[in-house]
Amino acid sequence: MEHLPILQVVIPLVLAPLCLLLVRQAWLIALVGSVSSLVCATFLLAGILENGSSNYYVGGWEPPWGIALSLDIVGGFIVLLVSLIATLVVAWAHHSIEDEIRDDQVNLFWCMFMLCLTGSFGIVVTGDAFNIFVFLEVSSLSTYTMIALGKDRRALTASFQYLVMGTVGATFILIAVGLLYMMTGTLNMADLAERLPALRDTSTVRAAFAFLTVGVSLKIALFPLHQWLPNAYTFAPSAVTAFLAATATKVSLYVLLRFFYTVFGADFVFDELHVDYLLLPLSLLAIFIASTVAVYQEDLKRILAYSSVAQIGYLTLGIALANSKGLTATIVHMFNHGLIKGGLFLAVGGICLRLGSTRLSDLKGAGRAMPWTMGAIVIGGCSLIGIPLTVGFISKWYLIIAALEAQMWYIAVAIVIASMIAVAYVWRIVETLYFQEGETTFREVPLYMLLPTWILIVLLVWLGVDTDLTVGIAERAAQSLLGIQL
Amino acid sequence: MHHNIIVREVANLFFPIIILFGLYVQFHGDFGPGGGFQAGVIIAVGIILYALVHGLDKTRRLIPEKAVRIGMSLGVLLYAGVGVVTLLLGAEFLNYNVLVANPLTGQHLGIFLIELGVGITVATVMVMIFYAFAGRGQE
Repeated sequence: MEHLPILQVVIPLVLAPLCLLLVRQAWLIALVGSVSSLVCATFLLAGILENGSSNYYVGGWEPPWGIALSLDIVGGFIVLLVSLIATLVVAWAHHSIEDEIRDDQVNLFWCMFMLCLTGSFGIVVTGDAFNIFVFLEVSSLSTYTMIALGKDRRALTASFQYLVMGTVGATFILIAVGLLYMMTGTLNMADLAERLPALRDTSTVRAAFAFLTVGVSLKIALFPLHQWLPNAYTFAPSAVTAFLAATATKVSLYVLLRFFYTVFGADFVFDELHVDYLLLPLSLLAIFIASTVAVYQEDLKRILAYSSVAQIGYLTLGIALANSKGLTATIVHMFNHGLIKGGLFLAVGGICLRLGSTRLSDLKGAGRAMPWTMGAIVIGGCSLIGIPLTVGFISKWYLIIAALEAQMWYIAVAIVIASMIAVAYVWRIVETLYFQEGETTFREVPLYMLLPTWILIVLLVWLGVDTDLTVGIAERAAQSLLGIQL
Repeated sequence: MHHNIIVREVANLFFPIIILFGLYVQFHGDFGPGGGFQAGVIIAVGIILYALVHGLDKTRRLIPEKAVRIGMSLGVLLYAGVGVVTLLLGAEFLNYNVLVANPLTGQHLGIFLIELGVGITVATVMVMIFYAFAGRGQE
């Protein structure tokens, strides 16, 4: 049990090279890897909920000499999300990947997928600032590769664009970590948190903070640093899009939360530097501009990609409100949005498999031919809008409460208006699928692909009705994040 | 460059020396400057020099791509495997103390194996990158 945090990283790390060696069994290995990560993550979160946090000293070396893994409730929650999505995506993707990727590259793809999982888990479980950079690079580099494997040739430019932007982001993070190390002489995050308050007024620490915020924002795809995202999501293989949209930006956002609340401290970030003055307008711009752009897209994947940029705006809005309700809303929405986008992109992947295209003009009347897939898209779309009885509503409800608590009623109004724009782009999809005449000769996707999609969709509704689980965990997570700074 | 006798013979002379030096850096890494990464790069440089002089095809016959791929995975597996063994022996991941009865020998053995894993992976990955770039347009 005590080894769970490291197992989370080691399992996919060991399986990645095995995927390279055992060419035919690669998918099975990936499935075993993601299922065992899910089991691991469940026990890990249960343990953390009981004890508050989980610490592990790699190699038996105590910090500050050795590398420590430390995980709080938010981390456990994110690890659970990532492993859940990974399991469903791998179970779903067997056929889809063979369809979209060259035969001799399928096992390489699964190898990259396992490495990406290693990186994502590593970022979350580690308690070492430099380790975050290393794992961020592991997950990013494997992600670039996976995006480039898309069958559309534009996947290459999309991947290159992401590579350039992502590398700039990672370099900024590295510069920030370097500056912090220069000032404090430590890389351990708990140590950093202890030593930074005395050095707050130095311009070096402030520069480190600025580099870090911009670098991580690039990875989160916070408006206006989101340009890499729509192309990457559109041209990547469907399974990659589903996995990335549901997890990658959340893991990066977790890095931001970790640095804001546990390393620098909320009083420094919000009361002294007033990051919220910058974050709030950017979040609103992200929500409004990206939602509006989504309305005018011609491709289903692109609509959902721009919607992701808008949803990231909601996530950072919760942080920018700088109160505990806002943070709760952010954490709950990280999980909820993961489920929504995971479910939606899996359904879209099904369309891609059957039709070979996700352009709206090719999807006319498809609702009649693939009722289950399209039904999933409709429910997922409702959740994006924030219709009651879905998880989207829960997220927005908490955001609005947080806005009212912060005496910013105009934010609450803005959230409601933005939901109307979401209605517009979701309605456009629904209208095309159900109310337009078109060729409907293709078949529904097989059951084993519908099942993962619908597990996510059912979770959307279930967790939208029974909110105790997610909101309960998110509230405790927000308290633990805010509590450290007291 | 095969027809250029000076280049060819000097390269042939240097090839074993470079590999030997790479091995020295690899296995002396725990006493002096060096280690798996540096050694891997040096060994890969030797192979790349060979390829520059004798051509890609001859090098590929000498070290087939499949072997390079296996090497890439084996290095990682060796590294992670040592960690898994320490986990199975009841200690933390990569806690070499438990590898053998004497903790000091354990530390020695542990870092030796880890660095060997790093060396194998780095050398093979460098060669693979060279193959990939140099082989462009041949397929």
